Amino acid sequence: MATLLIPTPLRKFTENQAQFNSNGTSVKEVIDDLILSHAGLKPHLLDADGNIRSFVRIYVKDEDIQVLQKEHTKVEEDTLISIIPAIAGGSY
Amino acid sequence: MSTEFSKAELERYSRHLIIPEFNIEGQRKLKEAKVLIIGSGGLGSPLLLYLAAAGVGTLGIVDFDVVDESNLQRQVLFSVADVGKPKVEAAAVRIKALNPHINVVTYNTQFTSSNAKEIVRDYDIIADGTDNFPTRYLVNDVCVLMNKVNVYGSIYRFEGQVSVFNYTDKDGKIGPNYRDLFPSPPPPGLVPSCAEGGVIGVLPGIIGTLQANEVIKVISGIGETLSGRLFLLDAATFETRTLKVHRNPENPLNGANPTQSELIDYEQFCGLKTTEKQEALKVKEIDVHALAQLRENGTDFQLIDVREPYEYAIAHINGELMPLSSISEFSSKIDQTKKVVIHCKSGIRSAKAIKELEENFGFENLYNLKGGIRAWAQEVDHDLPLY
Repeated sequence: MATLLIPTPLRKFTENQAQFNSNGTSVKEVIDDLILSHAGLKPHLLDADGNIRSFVRIYVKDEDIQVLQKEHTKVEEDTLISIIPAIAGGSY
Repeated sequence: MSTEFSKAELERYSRHLIIPEFNIEGQRKLKEAKVLIIGSGGLGSPLLLYLAAAGVGTLGIVDFDVVDESNLQRQVLFSVADVGKPKVEAAAVRIKALNPHINVVTYNTQFTSSNAKEIVRDYDIIADGTDNFPTRYLVNDVCVLMNKVNVYGSIYRFEGQVSVFNYTDKDGKIGPNYRDLFPSPPPPGLVPSCAEGGVIGVLPGIIGTLQANEVIKVISGIGETLSGRLFLLDAATFETRTLKVHRNPENPLNGANPTQSELIDYEQFCGLKTTEKQEALKVKEIDVHALAQLRENGTDFQLIDVREPYEYAIAHINGELMPLSSISEFSSKIDQTKKVVIHCKSGIRSAKAIKELEENFGFENLYNLKGGIRAWAQEVDHDLPLY
């Protein structure tokens, strides 16, 4: 199962879980699976058209999916996927 | 400033001078360098302390804030005696005491689109120690437009990020900047509010120190900077990762077809224009003195606190606790007939709660406590802790 790392600001939507495991075989399948389990995450990850929002990046291993096959990037059993949020500090 | 070293300086920096690849040339580069630190808070504290200690010749400090009691949990530049003083002044005194051989320039002002270019003009490297999205985009943009290196660090609770943006390498190739990574900020409604913020005190110490290390690497040319890479730390799990960052052809500043050649209104860019915010959250209000009067008169009303239980534990005014996150579930416990005053920490969450209750359940008797429990602590009950 691919493992998705959930960053701190989004953990309030995953009952504080820092990881999510999925049988999905592409980034899109894993994200869909994640949103199915934690519906509150959806507006934080996807816009109205279902595209990844501009203030989060999705990485497969150490590479940005934007320079791979975007959401169609394939993932393997042991792939580590990360959601990287824009964080600014204490004020907001 | 002369780039010769006095006997005192040579002795002071001897641990640098005996690193073969650093030596006196590295120290000379530090002494000739001009670094601007924007924000002298959690990240700015270790940045300033280490860069001053290391002998960076000129350090500029921008901050408009004064030292507050709640800063001392992480802003190790300051002491109890500094509370109430302008941060730049307290910071300058501290770092001059640490290293009298360096030059300190202070800017006791907010860093804005109108003064940013003027302030950064004289510096080689900018270190971003700010705490909000509008200033982060401003720092990024001014660095790209003025061709300065931006040593970036950011924190949230247990999570930290570090990178080096807009760095020109030995072959003249310019590295990515913040807008390549995050083209636009999250809209205000989606970012963590004051209730969900907070940061573990040591984290800015770690991240700010890593920024200081990157500043020294950029100046001295030693090692490999984090240009083109983003370092991530989760201090809670000790998960660390270093990810690749690429130039984005759609970057409005220096992509394939640049569309922005000047600084913009960053409050507006981040959707934070006060008027829009206020318009969106327009509800009936009551101030803390009127609330005190209601209590004094023995008026029958309901007081509701929509903060989280861990905030209630810090300070409360005997409101019934019904956190905003589940306010709708409490609707049956809210009186429909008598006056109901709703409060949070500063008035934003309580306004949101009122909007939600009015829209979903048709309440017409809800009043937002202006300024929240903070205003109550400042104006009515001075014994109540401010947080």
